[in-house]
Amino acid sequence: MIDFGFTLSETRTIDYEQFDGRLLNYVLQNEPSFLTCLSCGGCTATCSAGNLIEFNIRKINLLLRMGEYEGLAREIDKCMLCGKCILICPRDINIRNVVMLIKKGIVKYKNE
Amino acid sequence: MNNYLPELFTWPFILGTSYLLILVIVRFVRWFWGLSKYDKIRIWKGLRTRKTLRSIKESFTEGLLHRKIFKTNPVLGYMHMSLAFGWFLLIVIGHIETIIAERSLHFPFHYAIFSRFYHTSSHTSIISYIMASVMDVLLIFVLSGVFLAYLKRFKSSVFGMKHSTRLKSGDRIALAALWCIFPFRFLTESITAGVHNNGGIISQTVGKLFASVLPVDVIMYPAWFAYSLALGFFFVALPNSRYMHIPAEIFFIFLRNYGVKLKKRINTYSLVQVFSCSRCGICLDTCQLDLAGIHTQSVYVLKNIRNKNLTDEVLFNCLLCGRCQQVCPVGIEMNDLRITQRIESTRQYNSSYDYLKEGEVRKSKVIYFAGCMTHLTPAIKQSMIQIFNYAGIDYWFMDEDKAPCCGRPLMQAGQYDAAEKLIENNRQKILHSGAEKLIVSCPICYKVFYEDYALHGVHVQHHSEFILELVRSGLIPKNAGTFRMIYHDPCELGRGSGIYEQPRELLKHYGQLIALKKEKEDSLCCGGSLSNIKISMQKRDEITNLAIDVFKSYDPDILVTSCPLCKKTFTRVNKVEVRDIAEIVAGAIENKQSAKRHMTHQMKKHVKPTLV
Repeated sequence: MIDFGFTLSETRTIDYEQFDGRLLNYVLQNEPSFLTCLSCGGCTATCSAGNLIEFNIRKINLLLRMGEYEGLAREIDKCMLCGKCILICPRDINIRNVVMLIKKGIVKYKNE
Repeated sequence: MNNYLPELFTWPFILGTSYLLILVIVRFVRWFWGLSKYDKIRIWKGLRTRKTLRSIKESFTEGLLHRKIFKTNPVLGYMHMSLAFGWFLLIVIGHIETIIAERSLHFPFHYAIFSRFYHTSSHTSIISYIMASVMDVLLIFVLSGVFLAYLKRFKSSVFGMKHSTRLKSGDRIALAALWCIFPFRFLTESITAGVHNNGGIISQTVGKLFASVLPVDVIMYPAWFAYSLALGFFFVALPNSRYMHIPAEIFFIFLRNYGVKLKKRINTYSLVQVFSCSRCGICLDTCQLDLAGIHTQSVYVLKNIRNKNLTDEVLFNCLLCGRCQQVCPVGIEMNDLRITQRIESTRQYNSSYDYLKEGEVRKSKVIYFAGCMTHLTPAIKQSMIQIFNYAGIDYWFMDEDKAPCCGRPLMQAGQYDAAEKLIENNRQKILHSGAEKLIVSCPICYKVFYEDYALHGVHVQHHSEFILELVRSGLIPKNAGTFRMIYHDPCELGRGSGIYEQPRELLKHYGQLIALKKEKEDSLCCGGSLSNIKISMQKRDEITNLAIDVFKSYDPDILVTSCPLCKKTFTRVNKVEVRDIAEIVAGAIENKQSAKRHMTHQMKKHVKPTLV
């Protein structure tokens, strides 16, 4: 690799050769509204689970896009599905569907 | 006539009937077998009680007369009644007629069905002529139903229905056969009457007419064959079509009366309910999703369950408002059925929530649980605090700072195992506080607290019930205002928990309550329900707007509800002023307090100069 004079953190690298985009595609195809997320953080601010433990929908989005499915599975389990986020979201994203799709997708693609 | 072997033309009928009988019996046995041990004991114990009589009566009123369909839609009710009850009478009176003609109780079954073929003699007595005429009139009665059925298929608006259900191939065969049976019967019996110069008042006349223009001798046998063929086809197609609902509904009525209940797992009782759906389509017109162009109504879900092709998109796209359940003439428990399907669908990924901590507990007789949604509508929370303080009640605000969700939204999504974890956490806190009363502001929480929390010794109350109690005991001021108010029943509080009267009684102390055409059991859903995982916000808004248009036609000053989610949903479209019932009461308290302040202020102003 060419030395540009700075280092790359392993965890932040997305290796496109290895990238498994099945879950990402599954979620975005079934809930395209998630594409419009502008990371405003309204969902996190109102979140019932986020009030009890560190939990962040924007982080979920990031993990999903990075293909970090192990971390994603751990994170997504924190959601209580209470539904405050969908009422807050300025982009009308159906976040609860995103959560359910990720949960289902993780089980689905783990076995394939 | 050969008495040992039935005539050739009767074979389609005999084969069809035998196939149907065997299949229905096999299914009944299998369904019974699949029930839990306790359900079997329940049925066994119920057999010799009044429950059996009640089931027989109900099978008659619902299975034959279709009383409930009559209530919702008289024309549709008449169609079903003329077909079911008319056919039933034709069979019964046909048998009596044959008994008289044969002068015996022992004769092959098909003799009664094809009575006119076997009994060719002209009328020997006035009785046989009357019997034949009665049969004619009954047949016309059934034919009127068939005619309506044609009409419904091609122009459902005649029935005041916007939709007719979509059919699959098994249904098509059965429907075509059913449509043919009675016209064929009428033609055949008339032709036969023309040949033998007998028949009743109608068939004789028509028969004579036929005899004058048609070679009735030649076409008589083929006509009987066609009639028998139509019957045979119908009976063969019946178990594989929606008409399976006829035997299944009767089985369902018996099981329901013996006290069999739906479980959290799919069992054969859920199957019985699935098969009992007649696909009448009444649930289509009552569903608000339909107005937003979403076609995931109960009738389709039941069909998908039966055909084993239910998708998540259909299953989770439902508000679980319970309006279809309310109008279903068969009484299928659609919400519970859908939830059991959701449980199956999401079984593999329930969360453990192992991060939940025990948390602080305060000893108190009264607990207030606002709920997630109430935290999003702070005016309701503030009003409740004001009411508690004014009435001088010592309470513990359980979820003021940190508490998990009540668990109900997870349950609506089918995640029962996950919800159990949240329930246990909250439950321990409530029990440890030594509370006697739990006041809840959100109907979604309210339902789960009294249904699934097993809080023995704790009286769970929705805030509308609680405030009414306070008003009755004089702790809270009344204020007969002149506001024109509409009360919107939240689904979870009304149809879900049966609380209709308390909020209305409370509101009558604070203004003028307008009665609506669609209220209480019939009330509309706001469209915000958390039970629907799939619906987009835009579609939700469509539903909300349509509901608000209905409310606005009554020209109210305020739309009052008692659910924070309903309030949030209605305020989102911003067309009418929306308040929670607690805000109305808190407003009255506010008025009284400010009047008092004003008075003391005035008095001080007034008194001061004289003092100086």
